[in-house]
Amino acid sequence: MSTATEAIRIIPKSPGANDEGQWLEVSMGPQHPSTHGVFRMDVVLDGERIVKLKPVFGYLHRNHEKIAENESYLGSMPYTDRLDYFCSLTNNWAYALAVEKLAGIQVPERAEYIRIITAELTRFQNHACLIGFLTQDMGASGTPLMYAFREREKILDLFESLTGARMMCNYMRFGGCRVDLPAGWIEQARAAVASFPRFLDEFEQLLASNEILMARTQGVGVLSKEFAVNAGVSGPVLRASGVNYDVRKADKYGIYDRFAFKIPLGEHGDTYDRYMVRLLEMRESLKILELALRDIPAGPIVDPKTKIRGFRPKPGEAYAHIEAPKGDLGFYLISDGSSNPYRYRVRPPSLVNLTVLEELCIGHNVADVVVILGSIDIVMGEVDR
Amino acid sequence: MDENLKSELRKQGIVATTLQELYNWGRKNSLWPLNFGLACCAIEMIAASMARYDMARFGAEVFRPSPRQADLMIVAGTVTKKMAPQVVRLYNQMAEPKYVISMGACAISGGPFKQGYNVLKGIDRYIPVDVYIPGCPPRPEALIDALMTLQKMIDRQPLTGPDRPRHLQADAPSEFIVPEFGAHDLDPSQNPEVWQAPLVNISLAGTDDAGND
Repeated sequence: MSTATEAIRIIPKSPGANDEGQWLEVSMGPQHPSTHGVFRMDVVLDGERIVKLKPVFGYLHRNHEKIAENESYLGSMPYTDRLDYFCSLTNNWAYALAVEKLAGIQVPERAEYIRIITAELTRFQNHACLIGFLTQDMGASGTPLMYAFREREKILDLFESLTGARMMCNYMRFGGCRVDLPAGWIEQARAAVASFPRFLDEFEQLLASNEILMARTQGVGVLSKEFAVNAGVSGPVLRASGVNYDVRKADKYGIYDRFAFKIPLGEHGDTYDRYMVRLLEMRESLKILELALRDIPAGPIVDPKTKIRGFRPKPGEAYAHIEAPKGDLGFYLISDGSSNPYRYRVRPPSLVNLTVLEELCIGHNVADVVVILGSIDIVMGEVDR
Repeated sequence: MDENLKSELRKQGIVATTLQELYNWGRKNSLWPLNFGLACCAIEMIAASMARYDMARFGAEVFRPSPRQADLMIVAGTVTKKMAPQVVRLYNQMAEPKYVISMGACAISGGPFKQGYNVLKGIDRYIPVDVYIPGCPPRPEALIDALMTLQKMIDRQPLTGPDRPRHLQADAPSEFIVPEFGAHDLDPSQNPEVWQAPLVNISLAGTDDAGND
């Protein structure tokens, strides 16, 4: 097999009929500034219009699942950080939840609160950066992304003082968290959270009624309710199509049932709705954060009965899923009683959401593909694993 | 030129320099990186170019999506075997003088994913790397440090003589073999012109070179 990829190929529109014009097959990626990582799309174009789109994955296949089957249960925790590398803490949580379900481990209340705080901070920075990247793909080169990264650095500072790492936190443990909050962390987090509404107002004022953004996104890439459900789409992409499904409400994992928050829903299922749902979700995250930072109790952060060395859950299987910023992130584990899982499977939201890409893009111009792809919010580390 | 004379002239408003210093000064302060992220490290690369770390201070904020316009390739992330041919091809398409920063554990050696069947054990097997940054992922400060290390390296390069950089040597290669998928692995599995397996000199206790006790 040759590695050479033809960048552009001319193909006849219909076989046998040469004079009806031609289609152009263009390979977008894997090195492309708007593909959010190493992702390739084989796009067939009729002029500027998209006729077919074939996604090509696997450029970042890092053997995560196979490595995890040869690692101890805890040894896979750092690898989960690198799945969706924007949101390491939610990945940690989903994996910890699956193992806790497998082994029947209880989590102390303080740890549950810390998990919710870190997860909502993760969601906030993920959505902010996503909107920044989305607008950059549309040509707003820099400003919204700079603003988003300015806020992200505040959150990363919090993560760093808590876990020691900016991005790859490796923080959750089975039955709790790794270390307790450092002194003054809560006050620092409260101050950061209090500064976010101003940023959101600014962000919304800058973008939400911007004419260029509306022209580029409204009516572009419409995902119907039925198709979204049938394709298994989850997260903000699903909710933008008007389906009220959020694992935080539907499954009530952790202690999410104690918090009052709304689920923003879209109406048209277009790119603008996907953008707007995320903007509103960030405001809801702030509500949860304010409550959680107010109510967090004192106490242990890890179940003292949990074994860390020689952890061998009983044979069985478990599936746990959470509402990660990108969607419904699940981990499926089969234990055979040994120290490493017999089967380890990740249900990545990015991959499943990406399956609707062709449906959304057909009929639009080639410049809209990057906008639609940006609004789906993929991270290749999670798609290819 | 005498340093005292130089500073004396500078007081008079006259700047004296050599062609080499001027040339290297211009080159080192306008490194345009290739806008090319592979994995996690790419996010830290973006963070380094954003407001807080601001790589623009060092003249390296112009990320170019086209390899034809870039001087510096930051290999930011895991290079898989499916991606390795494309990385080498992009490097070949860049115009000389070109430099490579190998960012993060994966690009150096495969990092945490080294045991994986689809992960290349270091991009330096196919292309020459100038600066390595360890870390998983390295902080933006580490990337800036690597950039400054590269700038110092460029500043020291003589324009003549046997130590002159590759782009001034007519017979030095500027393109490297693009690997292809063979029956079992990438073919070739490394470029021997660029990389050779490090030899570990093992001598058994009590045995001399001739093999006698």
